[in-house]
Amino acid sequence: MTVAALQSSGPPDPSTPDISPDAQLLVDMSDVWVKFDGKWVLKSIYLKCFQGEILGIVGPNGGGKSTLLKVVLGLIQPDKGAARLFGQKPGKQSRLNVGYLPQVSHAERSFPVTVLDVVLMGLYQQLGIFSRVRTAHRQKALEQLDRVGMKEHAAKPFGKLSGGQQQRVQIARALVSSPRLLVLDEPSTGVDSVGQEDFYELLASLRDNQRISVIMVSHDIGVVTTYADRVACLNREIHYHGDTGPWAETDAYQKVFGKNLKVMVHDARCISCMMRHAHHD
Amino acid sequence: MIEWIHLEFMKNALAAGMMLSVVLAVVSCFVVLRRFSFIGVGVAHSAFGGVALGALLGISPTLSAIVFAVAVANAIGVVGNQKRLSADTAIGIFFSLAMALGVIFIGMSNSYNVDLFGYLFGNILAITHQDLRVIALLGGLVLVSIWIFFKEFMFVAFDSEVAHVSGIPVRFLDHFFLSILSLTVVISMKVVGIILVSALLVIPGAAAAQITDRYVPMFAVAVAVALVSTVGGLWISYYANLASGATIVTLASLLFFISFGIGKLKK
Ligand SMILES: Nc1ncnc2c1ncn2[C@@H]1O[C@H](COP(=O)(O)OP(=O)(O)O)[C@@H](O)[C@H]1O
Ligand SMILES: [Mg+2]
Repeated sequence: MTVAALQSSGPPDPSTPDISPDAQLLVDMSDVWVKFDGKWVLKSIYLKCFQGEILGIVGPNGGGKSTLLKVVLGLIQPDKGAARLFGQKPGKQSRLNVGYLPQVSHAERSFPVTVLDVVLMGLYQQLGIFSRVRTAHRQKALEQLDRVGMKEHAAKPFGKLSGGQQQRVQIARALVSSPRLLVLDEPSTGVDSVGQEDFYELLASLRDNQRISVIMVSHDIGVVTTYADRVACLNREIHYHGDTGPWAETDAYQKVFGKNLKVMVHDARCISCMMRHAHHD
Repeated sequence: MIEWIHLEFMKNALAAGMMLSVVLAVVSCFVVLRRFSFIGVGVAHSAFGGVALGALLGISPTLSAIVFAVAVANAIGVVGNQKRLSADTAIGIFFSLAMALGVIFIGMSNSYNVDLFGYLFGNILAITHQDLRVIALLGGLVLVSIWIFFKEFMFVAFDSEVAHVSGIPVRFLDHFFLSILSLTVVISMKVVGIILVSALLVIPGAAAAQITDRYVPMFAVAVAVALVSTVGGLWISYYANLASGATIVTLASLLFFISFGIGKLKK
């Protein structure tokens, strides 16, 4: 998608992205509205996520990114409109097979579990009620811990880890059930710059080899433009929803996002959105 | 100093106390982990309304207390889940309502053949073999339920949002847990009393959490704390001529402060 196209269709852009028509639609939000305490946090959101793509979501703090993910996952009921997950109402289907990394974990630091226990939780739903955890499951959990570089901490109490390490363990838990959809809320907090490239390469390989879809909220524009197939820029409304790729600076761009902005990085779309927000506040 | 054990009523009280210790300790661990302490207090007090209803209708107070407490616990669960109402508010309202109804029921039933004071504060002299059978049966039911859903309860307590997303039936499990918590309250009424049972729904688990960082030791320490408090409390109350329920809870609180101190020193 180009700037010209964006200009001609006008924002917000609910259009279907350039993905083959038979690609499976995993997430479909149409005209979703959410308000908290009488204030609209999400306004008329149209968003689709197809099988085998990485969808990046960027936008300013308080722009509603986490809320949007929670609507997709059925944790928040929209006040208007609807979200479909695997073609069903989120939360109603029994075996979702979604891996979720929350931005803020509700887990208490003192909770008496080991790192390995936490990853194993990701398998509980598949295990079912009467079965117990076995060696094979532990093996699987250890493999995922290895993937995020946390294997040597497996026996430690979860609460003794740093925030970033805890997040990596939770990424391992999200991966362990071999989900079809991964929903990651700001994973870059946990993956430091050293492990970052490996982590995003892992996501890309899951997409390529297992056709997994990823919806990823990130502050890191560089990461999103490098690894995401498409990007949505969210500030209560969706300001841009389309392919990542080179972006030309044109007048059209300023028409959409406002006048006095400076292009700061090679892909300015979302930076601009943040700046636009900053001007408003 | 062991002749107390040979008294018939003490034998019953001890047997009941030891069975209850295990049940209360295990339940209290989940109460602490799921942060349901205040719900525990609310459900415990609402059992009073059930006992009074039993007195009014002339039916078994245990039975009416079970029905009443389970109903109130689930009502708290439903109302507390609303977006516009915090769980604490729901609990506060329901638990005062249940107590108020209890007082009204007592006023309406001018029969004093039910020992209400005994239900409120515990009466170990009144524990019958029938009571022991009820405690064994329902207490066993509570423990088996927890054993069946153990890993699911752990996941929900750890992070209910992620558990929900992964397909664990969080709401069902919360309601189920509140129901077995109600059963636990009801079978504990005669030994420790409604007023004090809420303490034992929290203290063993809270004490254990101070000094453990794995769940197996946590459950073990909680059971030990509950057993020591109950057996020690009954023993002290017999020789010092003190109210047994209050002595048990005082001892349990003391053990909590000790383990709190140990926990602080370890860090
Ligand atoms: N449970 C909630 N209750 C009230 N307000 C909320 C709640 N969750 C989010 N909000 C508000 O909604 C807005 C969007 O929040 P969020 O989705 O977390 O934004 P982001 O993830 O983009 O930073 C914020 O203004 C926040 O204060
Ligand atoms: Mg957020």
